[in-house]
Amino acid sequence: MAAPLAPAVKARHTSPAKPPGPSKLRRGQRRAAALFVTPFFVLFAAVMAAPIGYAVWMSLFQERSSGLGFGGTERVFSGLGNYTKALSDTGFRASFAHIALYCALYIPVMIGGSLVLALLVDSAMARAKRFFQLALFLPHAIPGLIASIIWIYLYTPGLSPVLDGIGALGGSWDFYSNDHVLSSMVNLCAWQWIGYNTVIFYAALQAVPRETIEAAVVDGAGALRTALQIKVPLIASAVVMTVLFTCVGAIQIFTEPKLLNQRGAPSVDTEWSPTLFIWKAGFVQHDYGLAAAASLLLALLGVILSYIVTRLGNRWKAAS
Amino acid sequence: MSTLTHTTSPARPRTDPEPAAASERRRRTSPGALLSKGVVNGLLIVAAFYTLMPVSWLLLAATKNPRDLFGTSGFALGDFNLFTNLHHVFTFNDGIYLRWFGNSVLYSVIGSGASTFLSVATGYAFDKYDFKGKEKLFAAVLAGVLVPTTVIQLPMYLLATKVGVVNTYWALLLPALVNPFGVYLARVFSEGYVPNEVLEAARVDGAGEVRTFAGIALPMLAPAFMTIFLFSFTASWNNFFGALVMLNDEKLYPVNLGLFMWNSVTQQQPEYYSLVITGSLVAVVPLIVAFVCLQRFWRSGLTAGAVK
Repeated sequence: MAAPLAPAVKARHTSPAKPPGPSKLRRGQRRAAALFVTPFFVLFAAVMAAPIGYAVWMSLFQERSSGLGFGGTERVFSGLGNYTKALSDTGFRASFAHIALYCALYIPVMIGGSLVLALLVDSAMARAKRFFQLALFLPHAIPGLIASIIWIYLYTPGLSPVLDGIGALGGSWDFYSNDHVLSSMVNLCAWQWIGYNTVIFYAALQAVPRETIEAAVVDGAGALRTALQIKVPLIASAVVMTVLFTCVGAIQIFTEPKLLNQRGAPSVDTEWSPTLFIWKAGFVQHDYGLAAAASLLLALLGVILSYIVTRLGNRWKAAS
Repeated sequence: MSTLTHTTSPARPRTDPEPAAASERRRRTSPGALLSKGVVNGLLIVAAFYTLMPVSWLLLAATKNPRDLFGTSGFALGDFNLFTNLHHVFTFNDGIYLRWFGNSVLYSVIGSGASTFLSVATGYAFDKYDFKGKEKLFAAVLAGVLVPTTVIQLPMYLLATKVGVVNTYWALLLPALVNPFGVYLARVFSEGYVPNEVLEAARVDGAGEVRTFAGIALPMLAPAFMTIFLFSFTASWNNFFGALVMLNDEKLYPVNLGLFMWNSVTQQQPEYYSLVITGSLVAVVPLIVAFVCLQRFWRSGLTAGAVK
């Protein structure tokens, strides 16, 4: 994981407190700094850097059954063999197509929804702002697995008040059918994240100088124009950061398709998302080389996405 | 849900481009303004209904016996069986649910407490001290924020197998200790909350660095500590994938993995539905209470992340 990630967010430089005193003080500070940061970086190396290094190592080897398929297997160096194997695997390729389609639907819905809700809460006309923020944020307090279970039950005929309501109106809907399962998944994730991002955008809107908004109003801009032309560009960086985190989260999607697959949604197979594919390769087929290569390809995609979104965001900010 | 995706906004009456405050004052009481006030709050109510409905349903469903669960429509009340259901959850399979709950508390409270302390100390050092390679190390922290955790789960599992910590409490506790985003937040908070002058004064008084941190900086960073703790707590309480990969022994399961296992048999054995629904409710209530009570802290955390 190298540095093109330089995120839009940078901690401000503050000059560290410089002691006026002799070098003994400074030595004490160096020692303290070492004492404070060393434990974190030791653990960081153990649970983040080491697994990545180990994944790289594993991805370079393949298990070959020796001889005539009798006896054990041996590990042989295969260079980029696992990578070509992963990239030519139709299931792995399809999982990225699924994710792309999912993002094309999910990101506009979720980001658009959050932005609209944040602008609504921020508008002078909104009442009970604290209540609305809390109500919208609440799903985020619920673990993803439990959120998925709740919605799965709300999708289940016989259990679901939603389906009862649709039935009472004379309609019918199958949340698991091939045509609907993607929107069912998008809804499940949007429910968990829309309020969280609303609160983030609202917080960013609080930092927009009130004079700017008053000036726009005095110039005769209505609430809608003020929102779209003044407020949105000013919180562009928060939106870009959120899109970035959403993308990086979306390519890792696991729990939701896993549960939909368990429920027997016909078009969500056991390799529907890249993480499901990795899970299957590693824990079902015990092909660790393939699983490691697939993991690293996925991580690489995450880095590329971060980079693209950051670059776009910077250009967008420069233009506005 | 399509209700939330309206990017078209309420139709506002176009006012003449005549400027200024006079027309503003007039418009505030006009029917058009009332209409838009109604539309704004109406949309917010619809959105709040959407976010609250599933939780309300869970609460209602937990009061129903299995027959009413399928027999009565979702928001109609059946016989009140909440206490029967709770008793069933807590006694089922020798009270395994309570053990899962205890495990979740251990992973989340102990793990997040230690991890938050590490993050605050590290972030504080990044803010207040100069040391060699500081910005490079910080870049590594930021890169760590962007490493998809699920992606390193498999190699982490294989390493854990080698070291012999797989299928132990350490398998989830150790990874939970490392929270790069917490370090980033701690640095931001330390800039804002701990004035350098205060540290100078303490040094002039001859206090050592560690004592200064523990006695002066740490109390100032209490809100930061709370905020980072909340984030970390949520992440570990949520960590279903990690638990699924690392644990086989159901005695070590956190609540969500236990519920997942129960849920996977509901289609063959519908009596498990009640267990999953009531168990989910019990797992969710403390979180909701914590979030409502600790609003101030997650708000400030989100703000710190957003307004930079």
